[in-house]
Amino acid sequence: MKMELIQPFIGSLDAVLAEMMQTPAKIADLTMEVDGYRRKGTAAVVTFRGQIEGRVILDMDPSAAAHVAACLFGKEVGPTEPLVRETVCELANMVIGNAVTQLNDRGFQFKVLPPEVLTQEECAKAGNDSEATVLCFETSNGRVYLNIAMKYLQRRTRERSAVPVA
Amino acid sequence: MKQFEALTRKKDSEPVRYLIVDDSVFARKSLAKMIESFGGQVIGEAGDGCTAITEYARTKPDIVLMDITMPQMEGIEAVERIVQEHPDARIVMVSSVGYQDNILAALQKGARHFVQKPVKPDALYEIIRYVLNDDGVTAAVGAGEEKSR
Repeated sequence: MKMELIQPFIGSLDAVLAEMMQTPAKIADLTMEVDGYRRKGTAAVVTFRGQIEGRVILDMDPSAAAHVAACLFGKEVGPTEPLVRETVCELANMVIGNAVTQLNDRGFQFKVLPPEVLTQEECAKAGNDSEATVLCFETSNGRVYLNIAMKYLQRRTRERSAVPVA
Repeated sequence: MKQFEALTRKKDSEPVRYLIVDDSVFARKSLAKMIESFGGQVIGEAGDGCTAITEYARTKPDIVLMDITMPQMEGIEAVERIVQEHPDARIVMVSSVGYQDNILAALQKGARHFVQKPVKPDALYEIIRYVLNDDGVTAAVGAGEEKSR
């Protein structure tokens, strides 16, 4: 996977966590996954269609997700409450929206579908020929994972440009 | 959360009235907290563009904070429909996706400004002041700043 596709997500997650958790976050680990994804906490998935295709999963330790929800709602929020899932979905929306903005401004054309809560324990891999990059961020309230599986379909652009205009 | 000097309406010195449109409860709650810190009043909420249109007609807010990506009807179409009916509507787009095409489309349909999520309270406060002052109809800053002029 091209690093230029991943970099905006790292910067965006860092900025959003700093803003919403009011605490610094640092990258604790970076791994590649060829198999499907196993959910670690509360997770939301966002899918892309266009020149870039694939999906990104934001997965938060229950303690980290509950902390963000509690900060916002001004009360203790249990890690299994629906508010926590809602919080993770909106954080995913922010992180991925900000990254997508940067990629779009660099000329990549694609559409982002609204975030969905990931309820299954395991998520199938994004495609037969794709591997995922998993970033793990450490915060004082728990870990936050970003699983990025996408590819740049340059071939598709070439195919389109090869079609004669009637 | 930091408290801001209250923004009030020039015509009657009442708090500025807001309609929040976002499909995320989290985002609506977050914006409502900011509005509270600006001394404003949330008079309505909507989770999609269709509801936003009816809520606008019902509540006649001073400011609308409008998300873009929503179910049923997206924010940009809702802006167009609201502005057609109410040309004076002051709508600020609030979205995590801030690429130029989206911003231009929203502004062309009648939105007054754009702010990207995650929203920083200071930035939103300045934008609201700017939008209220834009046509000089209802703009007014808090009493403290009035005195300092």
